[in-house]
Parts: sequence; C-alpha cells; structure tokens
Amino acid sequence: MSKERQGAYWKENLRTVATLLSIWFIVSYGCGILFVDWLDQFQIAGFPLGFWFAQQGSMYVFVILIFVYVRLMNTMDRKYDVHED
Amino acid sequence: MSVMTWTYLIVGLSFALYIGIAIWSKVGTTKEYYVAGSGVHPVANGMATAADWMSAASFISMAGLISFMGRDGTVYLMGWTGGYVLLAMLLAPYLRKFGKYTVPDFIGDRYYSDTARLVAVICAVFVSFTYVAGQMRGVGIVFSRFLEVDINTGVIIGMAIVFFYAVLGGMKGITYTQVAQYCVLIFAYMVPAIFISLLLTGHVLPQTGFGADLVGSGEHLLDKLNGLSTELGFAEYTKGSKSTIDVFCITAALMVGTAGLPHVIVRFFTVPKVSDARKSAGWALLFIGILYTTAPAVAAFARVNMIETINGKDGQGVMYAEAPSWIANWEKTGLIKWEDKNGDGRMFYAKDDRNEMTIDRDIMVLANPEIAKLPAWVIALVAAGGLAAALSTAAGLLLVISSAISHDLLKKMIMRDITEKQELLYARIAAFFAVVVAGLLGIFPPGFVAQVVAFAFGLAAASFFPAIILGIFDKRANMQGAISGMVVGIVFTAGYIIYFKFVAPGDNNAEHWLFGVSPEGIGTIGMLLNIAVTYAISHSTAPPPEHIQELVDHIRVPRGAGAATHH
Repeated sequence: MSKERQGAYWKENLRTVATLLSIWFIVSYGCGILFVDWLDQFQIAGFPLGFWFAQQGSMYVFVILIFVYVRLMNTMDRKYDVHED
Repeated sequence: MSVMTWTYLIVGLSFALYIGIAIWSKVGTTKEYYVAGSGVHPVANGMATAADWMSAASFISMAGLISFMGRDGTVYLMGWTGGYVLLAMLLAPYLRKFGKYTVPDFIGDRYYSDTARLVAVICAVFVSFTYVAGQMRGVGIVFSRFLEVDINTGVIIGMAIVFFYAVLGGMKGITYTQVAQYCVLIFAYMVPAIFISLLLTGHVLPQTGFGADLVGSGEHLLDKLNGLSTELGFAEYTKGSKSTIDVFCITAALMVGTAGLPHVIVRFFTVPKVSDARKSAGWALLFIGILYTTAPAVAAFARVNMIETINGKDGQGVMYAEAPSWIANWEKTGLIKWEDKNGDGRMFYAKDDRNEMTIDRDIMVLANPEIAKLPAWVIALVAAGGLAAALSTAAGLLLVISSAISHDLLKKMIMRDITEKQELLYARIAAFFAVVVAGLLGIFPPGFVAQVVAFAFGLAAASFFPAIILGIFDKRANMQGAISGMVVGIVFTAGYIIYFKFVAPGDNNAEHWLFGVSPEGIGTIGMLLNIAVTYAISHSTAPPPEHIQELVDHIRVPRGAGAATHH
C-alpha cells in the first residue's frame, strides 16, 4: 500500500471518528450535563428531557454510535483495500 | 423452600458451572493463558467484557448510590458507559492490531523503554489490587447476609473458585466463565427489576416504567419522588446538587478511566480480528447497557419503596414493632440502624433532624426484592448475581496482575531467557499470590477501600489513556514525552487525591478544590496535563526511531493482524 493511500485512509478514519465523537460529546456532556436544566422544561415519555438524556438517552446513543462506527469502518476498510481476510 | 435453601441451591449450581468451565478450558501456552489464543467470538467477548467490567460496584452498589444521589448519580451511568465509545474508536482496534498481550507491553514497545514499561506495570498492579479489594468486600456482604456464613469463610470460598479457573484456564477459562457469569448476573438483575416495575407502574420494561404513573394512585413516579424528597429535606430527585463543572469532570474521569483500565483493554486482545475488536466493543456496551439503563429505574423504585416502608404511606413513620422482616434481617449485618430519638417507637427517615435511620447504600439492590415482597427464589437469584458480578471482575483483575508480573516484569525485564513453559509457570504462581493477597484484602479490608476507588479511575485516566492514545494518534510522541507525561499525570492526580482524602480530609469541599473539581474528577485534569506535557516534550526532542514510526503505521491499518487459535 502506497504512503499516500495510507495517508488518505488515516485522514478519512480521523474524520469519521471526529464526527462520531462530536455526537457523543453533544449527547452526553451537552444534553446530559451542560444543558440539562434547560432541557428539563420539555417532556419525553414522562421524563423531564434533560434528566432522560442523563439517565437513559445518552446510553442508547452510545450503543448506536459504536455500531454505526463498525459499519462505516468496514466499508472504509474495503474501499482502501486494508480489510482482513 | 426457604430463602436460604434456594440460595444454597442457586449459588451452588452457578459455582458448579464455573468449575466445569474451568476444567474444560485448561490451557497449555502463554498466548492462551494471556489472551485466550485470540480466538474468542466477538459476541462472546462482548459478554465476557460486560461481566468483567460490571463489578460488585455496578451490581450491588450503583443503583443504591443513584437512589440516594438522584440526578447526580448520572456521573456513574454515563461515566461507566461512555468510555466504551472511546475504547471502540480510539483504542481497541489498534491495540488488537498491535497484538501483544498486555497494556505495559504496548507502552514498553511503543516508547522503546523499560522505564515506561515499569511505570505501566506499577500502575496496572496498583489499579487492579485497589479494585480487587472492593470485589472481595462484595463477596463478603453477599455471603454473610444470604448464606449466613462468616464473612471470612465466604471470602475464602470465593477465592478458591476464582483460583481454580484463573490459574488453570487463564484468560480462556476466565472468558468462558465470564460469559456464564454475565448470563447469571443479568438475569438476576432483570427479574426483580421487572417484577418491581410491574408492581409499581404496570410497565414490563423498567426503562419506561420509571417515567410512568404509579399503579393505584395514578400519581407520576418522578413527581411523587420529587415531592417526597423535598418534604423530607432532600434535594429534588430529578435535580442535582453537585456543581456542573464537578459533574462534568467526574463523568470525564470515569469515562477516560474506563477506557484506560488494563483489565478492560486486555479483553480486546482476545478476538481474532481488528474488525472483531470494534464489533466486540459495541456488543459489550449493549450488554452493559441492559443493566445500566435498568439501574436508574431500580434506584427510583427502591427509593419510593424504602421511604414508604419506613415512613409509612401517611408519612407518619411505621411502628418498629410492625416493621417488615427485611429491616431486622439487615440490622443483623449492621447495614441498617434505627435509633428511636423521639421515643415514639416509630421509624422515620429524613435528611433533617427528624431522621432516625442509618441506611447503607449498598443494601438497596440486595434488599430490593425483600422490600418489594418478591418470592424467595428471586432473592436467592440476586445473591448468585452479586457473586457472579464480583467474581468475574476479580478474575479479570487477577489475570492482569499475574501477566504484569510474569510477562512484563519477569520475561520482558528481569529474566529475558526463560522458556514459554517457565513463563507460564511463573504466570500461575503470580496468579496464586495475587489470589492470596486479594483474599487477605477481603478478610482484613483496609478502612480506606472506598476512598481509593477514585484512585483506580484517576490513575488509569491520567496515565494509561493518554500514553496509549498519543502512541497511536501522534507518530511524533516519543519516550521522553511519554515518561514525563505519565509521571506528571500520576504525581498530580495521586497527590491531589492523597491530599484531600488522607492529609486534609477536613478541607475536602468545593471551597478548597482546584476549579471546584472533587478528587473523584481530578483524573480529567491529570489526563489533560499528561497530554500537554507529552506533546510539548515529544515535539521538542528527537523523533522516535524509524522502526517505531513503522510500528505506528502498521497498527493504523487493520490488515495483517496475527493469527488466532481456534477454540
């Protein structure tokens, strides 16, 4: 694999991870901590929204993010021909 | 059948299962001993990771803590799950590609330095022992309450079981036992949670029941809880009392600490491929999430139930003579105390001076089925689940200690020319001593166990996490940078915790804390310091040698990971 090709793979990888981790940050630290009091004025399924993000929603998003990451990386590995087997 | 008979039966069956697995999975090579031959299926590894990670603290203590902390308890929920996102995206796939057996291995090789390796070994051993002590306390509590044996006997039985499968089967034995333990513990956690959710709210899923209306009164559960809390002098349940910056830092320290804990990281060395390591992190978090999204519901249910049983539906206090049997049962263990201050013969629980109860947070999960008057077998199941959670984590930690000593310290530093057979023997001897020390910590618990848990996460966050991340993402990071960074991170974090926990515990409040960050959250600042120091020093000294830069290029692409041995 050429140096440029490997560099391009790494850049795209970093971009993907940065995007997903921004969502991770916004949901957990944003909705669950920094803006939790403001969000509490809204309701979701009987919960104050901020409280729901803090004690339920953030964890659902974490699981989804990892599986999305797995998907994106598998596609990317094939695109750059660095996948296993 | 009585609770006790059920408990003996269920705990006995689960122990027999663990021993059976140990005999089946006896290993003969160091690769099998350290990383189960890298042949574990990603879903099985996900389950094993979940059991490895969810300790006595998650199973026994967490819902109780949240129950008493309300929204502030979020730090544990997000802090102990969010780290898996970091693990999946920033660490696990690259460390799997690296393919060696331990965390100190990676740090020693990547920073081409035995000093760095030694720092990592010391941290790994310290963090793991700190953690093991807590597990043994959990084993002791369960045994003394449910089997009514002496705590010490309970600890010895627990250690004998762990010794058996950890020493014989190494990582392979531990992995498959952990899969079984996950099944036991999640079943044991969910059954009472679902029962209680149905009883209180009519919802099958505790996750939704927790936001629903109470059966009978039609009052909203969280509103009722907020009302009760305010009336009794507590903060509203859905509002916090910690400062935002402290909640932020504690959550971050727990997340980053999770991602830096050696016994968690090493689980990702056990899968066959890099893509499996990523997938496995997702499965692990899914399995963990089942318990973690249930815990806050259990916390809220337990809070309502507990207040109503003690203060009565009318809020006047229940006569002690008419108290339900669980109160007397737990009084025997010393975890509940009642002091009739006003001499009216009634119990009363509150935050202000009307309070007459001392209730240990640890009993909330264990007593929950009794409080909700569930059948005897459910209570027995919870005991087996608590033991599964404690033993699975203890085994994972003991393996880290054993491999840090036999592999990183002996094979890589002191006795480089021992054969594989000898290394395996040393690994087993080290595991034996680790089990004995862990047992002693359980029998003679140092009074400071609770205080040092902050240490485990703080140190993992301030030492391993930055060293590993920079080792992968910054090719320029070198030996000088990494060692200085780790030392600064550790000294700062440990110094801060020691100061507030031991030197001046009286000053341990927001007024004296640096930027208002408590010792529990200081690992976050330690991590940032470590990253800054490593970066600055690495970029102002010579770059790492050519072969190290090639190693970094090598671990950044998935193809070419070492082969696995199939089971």
